[in-house]
Amino acid sequence: MERILFGDNQFFAVNHISDEKSRSQSIKFKNDHAIIRTLDYAIEAGINTFMCTTHDRIASICDYIRANPAKYGGFKIYPCMPYAHKYANAVTELGIVGTLKEYVPGNMFGSFLKGGMAYFSKDYLAIMELLVDAEMKMFKGIETPVIFLQNVITDMLLGLGMKDVLKAFQEYVQKKYHAEAGFITMNMPKLIHTLQQVGIHEPIICTSINKLGFRMSGGRELYEATLENTTARVIAMQVLAAGAIPPKEAIEYVANLKNVESILFGASSKVNIEETVSFINKYDQLQQVEVPVS
Amino acid sequence: MVKVALIGAGKMGISHLAILGGHPDVEIVGVSDTSHLVLDVLKKFSSYPCYTDFEEMLRKANPDAVFVAVPTRFHSKIVKRVLQAKKHVFSEKPLCLTNQEGKELVELASEQAVVNQVGYHNKFIGTFQEVKKIIAGGYLGQIQHFTGESYGPVVIREKQDNWRSDPSEGGGCLLDYASHVIDLINHIVGPVSKVRGSIIKSLYSRHVEDSVTSLLELSTDVTGVLSVNWSDETYRKMATSLTIIGSKGKIISDANELKVYFKTSACPADYTKGWNVKYVTDLTDPVDFYLRGEEYSAQVDYFIRAVQGRVPNSINNFKSAWYTDKVISMIKESINQ
Repeated sequence: MERILFGDNQFFAVNHISDEKSRSQSIKFKNDHAIIRTLDYAIEAGINTFMCTTHDRIASICDYIRANPAKYGGFKIYPCMPYAHKYANAVTELGIVGTLKEYVPGNMFGSFLKGGMAYFSKDYLAIMELLVDAEMKMFKGIETPVIFLQNVITDMLLGLGMKDVLKAFQEYVQKKYHAEAGFITMNMPKLIHTLQQVGIHEPIICTSINKLGFRMSGGRELYEATLENTTARVIAMQVLAAGAIPPKEAIEYVANLKNVESILFGASSKVNIEETVSFINKYDQLQQVEVPVS
Repeated sequence: MVKVALIGAGKMGISHLAILGGHPDVEIVGVSDTSHLVLDVLKKFSSYPCYTDFEEMLRKANPDAVFVAVPTRFHSKIVKRVLQAKKHVFSEKPLCLTNQEGKELVELASEQAVVNQVGYHNKFIGTFQEVKKIIAGGYLGQIQHFTGESYGPVVIREKQDNWRSDPSEGGGCLLDYASHVIDLINHIVGPVSKVRGSIIKSLYSRHVEDSVTSLLELSTDVTGVLSVNWSDETYRKMATSLTIIGSKGKIISDANELKVYFKTSACPADYTKGWNVKYVTDLTDPVDFYLRGEEYSAQVDYFIRAVQGRVPNSINNFKSAWYTDKVISMIKESINQ
């Protein structure tokens, strides 16, 4: 994985501290052109991986990337699925069965029902695979070396103790897409422990890590202790704690942590992208200088 | 360890179950639901004992506490049975469909001397807790006017197929989105005493309302507006906000951000005269297990601690939820008058 990954929250009105900022971002990125321009700023700043949800609008961005192979040579996308709010709202409106009817592609769900519960119950993982395929359609022809499970689903499965489903996701994306599985979580220490139990010893984990301890369940100290001893490959997100920590201070903290392989951030403007990248590069270089030569 | 069982494994039930599964002081002893689909998934992939009959679960699993997350129509019957079995109970909101049913539950919970709580999670959000502190401290002076709002994208097309689209089951945005706002208003600025008039509209639903507008009056003669619409796709998810104007200042708060204006420097520590902005990041206590928002874990944790006798059973108890039910019925009576 690259050291710096570019995220998509700012494009889809996800702002953890201000509804007003969400709205202004929604307006700013109303047109796909604005998203593509900002992605290009990230590429100019040296970032070549875009980590994004499977929001409908990403499909058009993917079309643009496919249509311009010369411009996006070597550009990678890490899809994060499912786009949770789409399903959460659907479950509220249609119920669990209604949602499956709506989103499981083709007549598969109908034939499961006709085949009876006995047949159906053996194939929940097949349904999961169909949903993954449905979400992955938009990325056809684009490099997707890591495919992530969104935190709402990862953490729900974690809380329910459904570790076999986490394992099944990992095996499926490896088999079908020759990709590594990634897991987004707000409960890193517990997730790493659970994944180890099903034989996933070097998982790719994307999780909130910041100096404030914001969204670090169990506390910052537990995260720091876990990072010291883990074999997991960790991506730090929410490093600015939704803007509550000044960028320089935020990056200095996270860049010095052991086993944080990548840093994920999102920004709306060219200046902010360049500033964050330069801070990460600066603290990485300082880190290298300080390592004693044996 | 507190032994907990769940009745109703739908969207909220599964969410509670996952949070309970991650709770260090909880052992899940049973899950009951009438849907074979959901139970089969739980049987196959989780380790929880599953039941189709909740009465059987109560007898066999013998929980200390029960979470009830069934459609609102069934709250009265099921919560009553749980109380009769002398179990602590956490019920999803709203408490009941009628005042009489709610009253019975409040009385029974009191007789049985068990911990009782309802899932109005907004009270566990840091910004709204801060608003309550500022108002309770008198820093906003005499409250003059308020607006309580909630918007989101639940029903944004003409197609529904579940209990939320059925008025007899407790569907509609009044019992869903609006109940959260009413409960917050009751909690923060005081109970609503009168409803001066309401307008409801079905925008996409055939049988239930998608928007509610009401003029509310508090016992302190303070008036305000309730404005709710669950068919607003400009929001990614439910967004609830309060604006409160007092003789000494004004507050505008949502779940993420608190903006408060003080007319003078007689304001709480950490605040100054004029506008102040605080974010939920400054006001949120961390939780042990996070799912969908700190407030969902915090309310479950509060209930478990109340069962353990470590905190009073004073936030979101049946009595406060019953008062919210009463305001909902006042709104229903005032519709289009």
